[in-house]
Amino acid sequence: MVELIGLGKTFHNKQNQVKALEDINLSIYEGEIFGIIGLSGAGKSTLVRCINLLEMPSAGSVIFDGTDIVTLKQKELLKVRQSMGMIFQQFNLLMQRTALQNICFPLEIAGISKKEAKQRALELLDIVGLSEKANAYPAQLSGGQKQRIAIARALATNPKVLLCDEATSALDPTTTRSILSLLKEINQRTNITVIVITHEMSVIEEICNRVAIIDQSRIAEVGEVEEVFAKPKSKIARQLVFSGAGHIESFTGRHKLRIIFDGRTSFEPVIANMVLECKAPVNILFADTKDIDGKAFGQMIIQLPDDEVSRKKIYAYLQTNKIKNEEVESHVE
Amino acid sequence: MWNETVLKMIGEGILETLYMTIFSSLIAYAIGLPLGIMLVITDKDGIASFVSLNKLLGIIVNLIRSVPFIILLIAVMPVTRAIVGTTIGPNAVVVPLIIASAPYIARLVESSLKEVDQGVIEAAQSMGASPKQIILKVLIPEAKPSLIMGSAIAVITILSYSAMAGFVGGGGLGTIAINYGYYRYKTDIMLVTVAILVLIVQVFQELGARWMKRSDRRLK
Repeated sequence: MVELIGLGKTFHNKQNQVKALEDINLSIYEGEIFGIIGLSGAGKSTLVRCINLLEMPSAGSVIFDGTDIVTLKQKELLKVRQSMGMIFQQFNLLMQRTALQNICFPLEIAGISKKEAKQRALELLDIVGLSEKANAYPAQLSGGQKQRIAIARALATNPKVLLCDEATSALDPTTTRSILSLLKEINQRTNITVIVITHEMSVIEEICNRVAIIDQSRIAEVGEVEEVFAKPKSKIARQLVFSGAGHIESFTGRHKLRIIFDGRTSFEPVIANMVLECKAPVNILFADTKDIDGKAFGQMIIQLPDDEVSRKKIYAYLQTNKIKNEEVESHVE
Repeated sequence: MWNETVLKMIGEGILETLYMTIFSSLIAYAIGLPLGIMLVITDKDGIASFVSLNKLLGIIVNLIRSVPFIILLIAVMPVTRAIVGTTIGPNAVVVPLIIASAPYIARLVESSLKEVDQGVIEAAQSMGASPKQIILKVLIPEAKPSLIMGSAIAVITILSYSAMAGFVGGGGLGTIAINYGYYRYKTDIMLVTVAILVLIVQVFQELGARWMKRSDRRLK
């Protein structure tokens, strides 16, 4: 659906050049939710703006639906943008228009009649669950409601791709979750391709199928979310996966094991059972888990006993119970 | 002193002043509004960036704005005569009023439009809006309250300029104040005309403020 080939972007200042993106190669498939994660300043916002050419890349191609849109004329580009929706961290709603009129806005731009536009906008308000707010102005809405209106607005022209630039970064955790589940629901219902830009691993975990990790203007790692999450290869990936732990590398001591929860039932007391079964104590160094719809997600770092027999027991236990784990080296980097 | 002739004269003065102010404001906006929009969109980060044109427009605007109105009034007399046929009376004053206030209005419009959140413009661009659509559907509607407040400021400035034109026989309340109050030492007539001017300013300002408040959707 979207393919980036050798994409680069350099910003020119008076004195110096800043390379925001270098040799980005990515293929994003139709119907998937693709995450792009990186620390701030990594170039991810520039990257998403290069997809709809709000930023003109200085090198490479952007293939959308089979055409290289970098070569298009202005007029054709405007047309293409109508099949790409975008939502933003700050919502960017028109403050002088009601919710309904905001959703009508892209339809007006596309030249659709007022009556049809209103009809479609009302449908979308229903989809995002804000029918009763049709005549409210953005100033009267909460952050989450504003983002719902922004999503409805982005979907108005039936785009093939929805770009989300830090769409949940200004929202509280509960609202974030509800916005993410709305995006997932829309993705499943309409098979729209969703590209999510974020700096939060939890957003990626929650809705993305695949993820690209961007660091210092380059793609550091691309893969299935579970895979990257379970076995992060690059340094930056480890840093992001361990974001809660922060200084994970400074944990001292030997025999550390990372246990990954990727959706097994949260009703099962995994660690407690393991300790009882193996009759060996473990030391929990770090834990970051959460319960989503009765399933456990997250990770834990435990220190195993020095005694080798107990350790073997634990390994065997983890293997028979199919609990994903990974040895953590004592000196990572 | 306060006979019918004087009252009639003041009445006519009020009408002439209002005519000069409102007519000049309308024409000056017809020039200043597009000029202000041009200043915004051709700017470095504007939606139709054209830096050399932007610089040129900026210089022209600054040039006219730096000439004191009373000098401009006299300097453009040949132009006035060519257009209106005379250099005295309210019709003649309209010409320098427009020339002086159009660049001022352009700057007021520019600053109002620059208040519009860049993110909202970006959102419109992401939907495939053309520069024209962005101007008509985003910039102007979103800046409307600020544009209205700016128009009250512009109209009041034009009103005070029109009174200044009294020195060269421009007509209106300014001429009455100068002819009677200054040249003939009839302080009472001058005070009355000044009081009327103050009143008109108050009315314009208040109308502008109310209109702005009513049109702004961010406050409720």
